[in-house]
Amino acid sequence: MDDLLREFLTESAENLARLDREIVELERSSDDPELLKSIFRTIHTIKGTCGFLDLQRLEGVAHAAENVLGLLRDGKLEVGPEVVSDVLAAVDVIREILDGLEATEAEPQGDDSELVERLARWTAEPLEEEESFDHLFAAAAAARAARAAAAPVTAPAPEPPPTAEGSPRKGRKKTSGAGAPKKVAAPPIAPVSTPGPAAEAAPSAPAEGAERSEGRASVADSTLRVGVNILDLLMNLAGELVLTRNQLVQLASAEEDSVYHVPLQHLNRVTTDLQEAVMRTRMQPIGNAWGKLPRLVRDLCQAGGKRIELEMLGAETELDRQILQAIQDPLTHMVRNSADHGIEAPAEREAAGKPEHGTIRLEAFHEGGHVVIEIRDDGRGLDVEAIRAKAVERGLARAETAAGLSDAQVFRFIFEPGFSTARAVTSVSGRGVGMDVVRSNIEKIGGTVELSSAQGKGTTFRIKIPLTLAILSALIVGTAGQSFAIPQIGVVEVVRVTADDAHLVENVNGTLFYRLRETLLPLVRLTSVLGLPTGTREYGSVVVCQVGAQRFGLAVDEILDTHEIVVKPIGRMVKGIPCYAGTTILGDGSVVMILDVAGIAAMTGAAEEAERAAERSLDSVASAEEDDDRVPLVVFDSGGGSRQAVPLALVSRLEKIPTENIETADGRWLVQYRGALLPLVPASPFVEVRAAEERSVIVFTDGERSMGLAVDAIHDIVEDRLNVEVRSSTPGILGTAVIAGRSTEVLDVDHFLRAADPEWYGAAREDAGRKRILLVDDSPFFLGLLSPVLRSARYDVVTAGDGAEAISRLERGEPVDVIVSDIDMPRLDGFELARRLREHPRLSGIPLVALTGRRGEDDRAQGLEAGFREFLSKFDRDAVLSAIREATTVASDEVSE
Amino acid sequence: MIYPAGPRGSVRAEPSRHGYVSFRLADQWLGVPVVVAQEVLTAQTVSPVPLAPPEVAGFLNLRGQIVTALDLRVRLGLPPRPEGSSTMNIVVRDGEELFSFVVDEVGDVVEVEDERLEPTPPTLDARWRECCAGVIRLERGLLVVMEVQDLLRTGAGV
Repeated sequence: MDDLLREFLTESAENLARLDREIVELERSSDDPELLKSIFRTIHTIKGTCGFLDLQRLEGVAHAAENVLGLLRDGKLEVGPEVVSDVLAAVDVIREILDGLEATEAEPQGDDSELVERLARWTAEPLEEEESFDHLFAAAAAARAARAAAAPVTAPAPEPPPTAEGSPRKGRKKTSGAGAPKKVAAPPIAPVSTPGPAAEAAPSAPAEGAERSEGRASVADSTLRVGVNILDLLMNLAGELVLTRNQLVQLASAEEDSVYHVPLQHLNRVTTDLQEAVMRTRMQPIGNAWGKLPRLVRDLCQAGGKRIELEMLGAETELDRQILQAIQDPLTHMVRNSADHGIEAPAEREAAGKPEHGTIRLEAFHEGGHVVIEIRDDGRGLDVEAIRAKAVERGLARAETAAGLSDAQVFRFIFEPGFSTARAVTSVSGRGVGMDVVRSNIEKIGGTVELSSAQGKGTTFRIKIPLTLAILSALIVGTAGQSFAIPQIGVVEVVRVTADDAHLVENVNGTLFYRLRETLLPLVRLTSVLGLPTGTREYGSVVVCQVGAQRFGLAVDEILDTHEIVVKPIGRMVKGIPCYAGTTILGDGSVVMILDVAGIAAMTGAAEEAERAAERSLDSVASAEEDDDRVPLVVFDSGGGSRQAVPLALVSRLEKIPTENIETADGRWLVQYRGALLPLVPASPFVEVRAAEERSVIVFTDGERSMGLAVDAIHDIVEDRLNVEVRSSTPGILGTAVIAGRSTEVLDVDHFLRAADPEWYGAAREDAGRKRILLVDDSPFFLGLLSPVLRSARYDVVTAGDGAEAISRLERGEPVDVIVSDIDMPRLDGFELARRLREHPRLSGIPLVALTGRRGEDDRAQGLEAGFREFLSKFDRDAVLSAIREATTVASDEVSE
Repeated sequence: MIYPAGPRGSVRAEPSRHGYVSFRLADQWLGVPVVVAQEVLTAQTVSPVPLAPPEVAGFLNLRGQIVTALDLRVRLGLPPRPEGSSTMNIVVRDGEELFSFVVDEVGDVVEVEDERLEPTPPTLDARWRECCAGVIRLERGLLVVMEVQDLLRTGAGV
């Protein structure tokens, strides 16, 4: 193909893409002069080049469009949906012609007269500028002629062929205020009177020329077109350079005093910089993949009679070109789905109390080495039951299994091949492109896609993809004598585990956990994942890995190194193994497998843990307004067939103590534990402390004091909502709740702490400076949970079941230093309570802290405005204690003034 | 079938010959077409891949390229080679990927006329039969000619 033609085609393709975007944008902000100018310039450029390349059909259409755009640009025509549709139609025809041109190197045959006529109608208003020029020149010519011939010659007014329809089109038109619209117009294509062409050409030509060169100059200076294959080559070369550099560094490090060290250091720096720069050449803003979407949504709106706002945030977020190409289709498909099936018709939306126009929001941002793209709509959401039924119908699950699945699990069926619940597969949505293809396209580039949805409210897709494919930073670990690479992206931290830390590894019902500060991390041994011999080494290091929102620990023998590696393809015979993401060659030439953290999580129980938690987080997306009472609990058996639980937040350790070490003294059980005596209290009368060889013990610690709750067997650690349904009068039991589907007694930890040591809270009682907290919450369980924590922290605690009770206690004169309150309560909620207190003459000085499951920014703002000095999560013990400490310190300062 | 008459009126085409790289596994000599073999290497460091199919000995590094090493003894159901015995590698390319057959010993390239390639004996072990293209009778014994594509089909399924 002719170079010139190829250039033209490439440039025009870009221009058309931009046009689509800008014209749709124009519909929304019709008075943006810059936009109008840009659009006009683009069409003008296309038209200009057409003439040069002698592309007549193209020129005809472009010219017709250009005229209409000229009117729009000059404000002589108002932007309206019909004129925009016509211009877009012209753009489509132009695109069609260009496609034909690319395929056959010749303009495809076609009749554009209908389109051209349609466009011409918009110009049936006076083109005042051109007309006035014509008049001027005509008048001047006439005057000359008159002077010359001394015979009156009427200034030849441009005689246009009559327009097809004398009356103006439906679109609104503006005249330049000169009076009634004249039906005379200079026809767009064939200039009429002799002075005409000269007049037209002359004044506009310099303007055109100037515009063109202006536009060209700015674009030409800052960018350069480079073939993709050259970039790929650069990428490969940079990769090989990284490998060789690694090798050299390794060789040099073996020698202490080498003359190579200094140049190698330099080489090192330069290689890293080069590699980064090359990667940047491949980075493109994701907005490039979004270019066609506004037009797509607009067309879908027209076709479906809906009104949809498309919001696009983060278009400047950059990603690797290859990835961009791979996600373009999936994104388009998902937006199409939202527009087609998700967003309801305006009438339906209004009936549901939603705003008439639906919103589809695309948001892209960087998050820890990944790019996250969210596609959120506020449409009708997914019908869980319909999907469930369809899954059974399609044989994807048995009815009984399907019935027990959570919403999040049911949604995943959408990604199975051959699944479609669209009630009518509209031509707009297309056939044959299923969500399964979307998912596999995303997974092919190492990404993941999740979805959450709430019926009636909307659906959100979340795509997460790695920033680059080829070169990444990795942690090299060793286990069972072999080395493996773990991409840094999936690694949160690395912890050394020595023999001293043995107690941090808990075994709960066969699953290993590692206690990392406040949380229990599911632990997986790399040797078991890979089927390698465990070896005698009990301890080594734990790599804390992150998959989605969840973490787990990967136990390895040793951490060897971190460095950059080049990801090499994995080979088809090994590709199917989920725990591998690729291969790489280390500096010493050895081949090492790159582990896939997500794959490992899926292969092991860590996945279920992660799933359960992920589901909960997805569910909470859907029910964000609800007060979240989920608490991590340790569930155990205490003999007599009953199941019991205590909140994990209070638990310091889970132990198995050999019963031979347990002694009695003074009627109490004691055991030597970590250099001190640990009192043991049986959780129930059925627990016979010394009945077995080992006794499971739940240890509670407060500063130096510890207490062990002896139980029969620790069953599990679960997170569940706590609704204490049946209050209990038995001391030591707060009540019964349904936890993980079973009826479970919730222990009153306070009772047991005092049973172990009556003086547990004792010493501080004499302390006159002890502060008093009024704890307000309608959940007796929660009061029972937080009170011991606060008392252990040396506060006195009084409680109230809701805002009204709190106020009456305060008004009765009970002295209180700090009020810690929940938000969602009956009768008087937290916000109201705060407001009332603010207005109260005597009570307004008492500091208020909110403890709630609500996480929204709006809630927080509202809370702070109402008068709460802090708005905290219920389960962040440290934050709560420090907030209270702060509040009471300030309070006492204020009081002492 | 009517053959077009050649210039001398003869209907016989020139006898066609092919070369095979011969290699030994235990007591048996086998061969693969020489055009398929990219190169022959001595024993290489192979990094094992846990969880891979048993015939995948691991990966080796060939001038920066990752090569999947297949132990043909395992692939063809032979007992493992004795501790400390030497190996050699025959590197073949399949599409974009490189594979290496790990064998006990590599011999000469044997060139024979096509008609000397006899059909696969039905008495051959099943695992051998499914990869066998035929056998060639040589002075030193039978050369079992293997189809590379079939050898590359592993238990994992391609």
